[in-house]
Amino acid sequence: MAEMWINMGPQHPMTHGLWNMRIKVDGETIVDSEPVIGYLHRGWERMVEDRNYPQIIPMADRLCYGSSFTWSHVYCMTVEKLMGIEVPERAKYIRAMSDELQRIGNHLMWLAAIGTDLGNLTMFLYATRDRELFLDMFQSLCGARMTYNFCRIGGVRNDSPPNWVRDLERTLDYFEKRLVEYDMLVDQSKLFRMRMEGLGYMSAKDAINVGLTGPVLRASGVKYDIRHNDPYEIYDELDWHMCTHDACDTWARYRVRMMEMKESVNIVREILKKMPKSGPIRVKPPRNAPAGTAMARMEDPRGESLMYLVGDGGSKPYRLSVRSPLFVILSASPKLINGYKIADVPSILGMLDVCMGETDR
Amino acid sequence: MDLSLQPHAIAMSAQEFMTWSKGVVRELTKATGVKKAVDTVAGPFFNYGVRNSIYPLHFGIACCALEMAACSGPRFDNERLGMVFRSSPRQCDVLLVNGWISKKLRPSLRRLYEEMPDPKWVVAMGECAISGGPWYDSYNVVQGLDTFIPVDVYIPGCPPRPEAMIDGFMKLQLKMKNSRVGLFMED
Amino acid sequence: MENDTYSVEQVKAKISQTFPADVVLDDGRTETRRLYMAADRSVLFNLCKFLKDELGFDHCSLVSGVDWCDKFQSVYHITSYSSNITLEIVVDLPHDEPEVDSVTPLWQGANWHERETFDMFGIVFKGHPNLKRLLLPEDYKFFPMRKDCAEGGQ
Repeated sequence: MAEMWINMGPQHPMTHGLWNMRIKVDGETIVDSEPVIGYLHRGWERMVEDRNYPQIIPMADRLCYGSSFTWSHVYCMTVEKLMGIEVPERAKYIRAMSDELQRIGNHLMWLAAIGTDLGNLTMFLYATRDRELFLDMFQSLCGARMTYNFCRIGGVRNDSPPNWVRDLERTLDYFEKRLVEYDMLVDQSKLFRMRMEGLGYMSAKDAINVGLTGPVLRASGVKYDIRHNDPYEIYDELDWHMCTHDACDTWARYRVRMMEMKESVNIVREILKKMPKSGPIRVKPPRNAPAGTAMARMEDPRGESLMYLVGDGGSKPYRLSVRSPLFVILSASPKLINGYKIADVPSILGMLDVCMGETDR
Repeated sequence: MDLSLQPHAIAMSAQEFMTWSKGVVRELTKATGVKKAVDTVAGPFFNYGVRNSIYPLHFGIACCALEMAACSGPRFDNERLGMVFRSSPRQCDVLLVNGWISKKLRPSLRRLYEEMPDPKWVVAMGECAISGGPWYDSYNVVQGLDTFIPVDVYIPGCPPRPEAMIDGFMKLQLKMKNSRVGLFMED
Repeated sequence: MENDTYSVEQVKAKISQTFPADVVLDDGRTETRRLYMAADRSVLFNLCKFLKDELGFDHCSLVSGVDWCDKFQSVYHITSYSSNITLEIVVDLPHDEPEVDSVTPLWQGANWHERETFDMFGIVFKGHPNLKRLLLPEDYKFFPMRKDCAEGGQ
């Protein structure tokens, strides 16, 4: 049969964000594929060279709008390393807690998107409804729904408002019950499982070599989580377990993300217990950073995010380069989808939780 | 056929006949007031139908796409306003652009606009689509959607809240109501 | 070898033993689980191969470039999953001939990072399987991240 190239994208319901998945099909089977990216490239790394250090925080928020807090967090950590600032203890806890809340919110957005991809609109409605609760928590914490501008160089912007902790605990209690419902909705649905099990296989050795990180890597059975293996902020003081799965397929990626949501709830509870009740939340950073380089990495909801900063002694970065997890995972997507049917593409690629804002930068 | 036998006949090709007969019908309906009557009666109904079943294109570009998704979620529920997101430009009448437009995307976006059937409207959502937003000085970002597509409604915000998006679409409904959409007979 | 774990000091000792002349270790920065070094571009590929095969550095986090106006730098961040060490290799490249060996044959994860660095800086990675523009349209004539490139490009 004749082979042909088809374009899935830039405007395609499968693509969350804009990229063009060029696929060579032989009948229904994918024999070759090539992602074409760059539709959202706005020259982030070049533009930050013309901004002051604090001015970059809202821009880092917009790197990935699904998980904006983690990106401003990794940026602030990088600058703090270059400036040699030690963050107050309470600020560290607030940051870690916001990270985990952001992780839950981001995974819920992914769950909503994958639900519509696989034809399960109920999943979309459930996940969007519960995501609103976490957005409400962020909104009362820092005033915005999505791009928070909350992390600051040397701490966080403000403390939590009164009664915030009580509301958060109430939200978490409610959300834990909802997670059980999700499991009942999806895990016991035969249709949903048939569309996920056995697809997109990648062994642990390949997954490490092609640079998969985060939940996608842990779904291949690799026990590596930066929060655990290279801890930052206060993660080494917490007691939690890493979520891994051995099936190496799309189903495993789904399970790992669902388990991570549950684990994040536990982490937030533990942070609320261990957090110092009062104390400073911010130190004043100097205007200029010294000349030199700094690097910080952290566990984004999607994988390893890393920033490499070169300062020249002025108030603007000389060079700030970003390692986005999806940039590398998307480069490995041909290996994930080659050999499978064309109807499996939304399932396999949607499970990567693609965010093009951080990929194209 | 020997035309000399019918001295009053006019020789016409098929195409000429069609043009001539269409003209006759048009003039006739206009002169007798049928056009105006049909438009007066049916126009408001069509207009009501068009403005209460807005089908925006499901085209998430950047940050505002998540607010678009939240807007179609249970809390904000834009389907009560008749907004249903469709994935094919052939089925849509509103192009909702929610994000920055890079130079690589510009030709694709223009093509999407051309592919949509008339009548169509364009909504620029968020600062990036309005003017380039935070990325105004980038080498790869187009400074505003209206540099290459006519825009009907601007929704400011970075990103705008779902309420703002609903408000923008209600403004668009107002614009549709005041426009001549639905008058299909009168030229 | 992959299951062996090494401490930062052991890695340092092994590297300085194998590459005594061409790799300069930065002893001034003592952060935990971090290692900084500068390498000559002629030994980069052999150094990376040594790191991967002998010391178990199995994950390439980031390949990026820096334009210092008189020279380019390509910067590699490489992580070991077994030893939990992230190391940074800085390689100086002359400005008029920015060429360096590609590490994509070792780590597939470096593929797009090298393409992006080529896209942004014009640094040529020799041995890369598919070195062409990635993020920018193919017909762009300039390298936007170079310092002599005016803001706004064209």
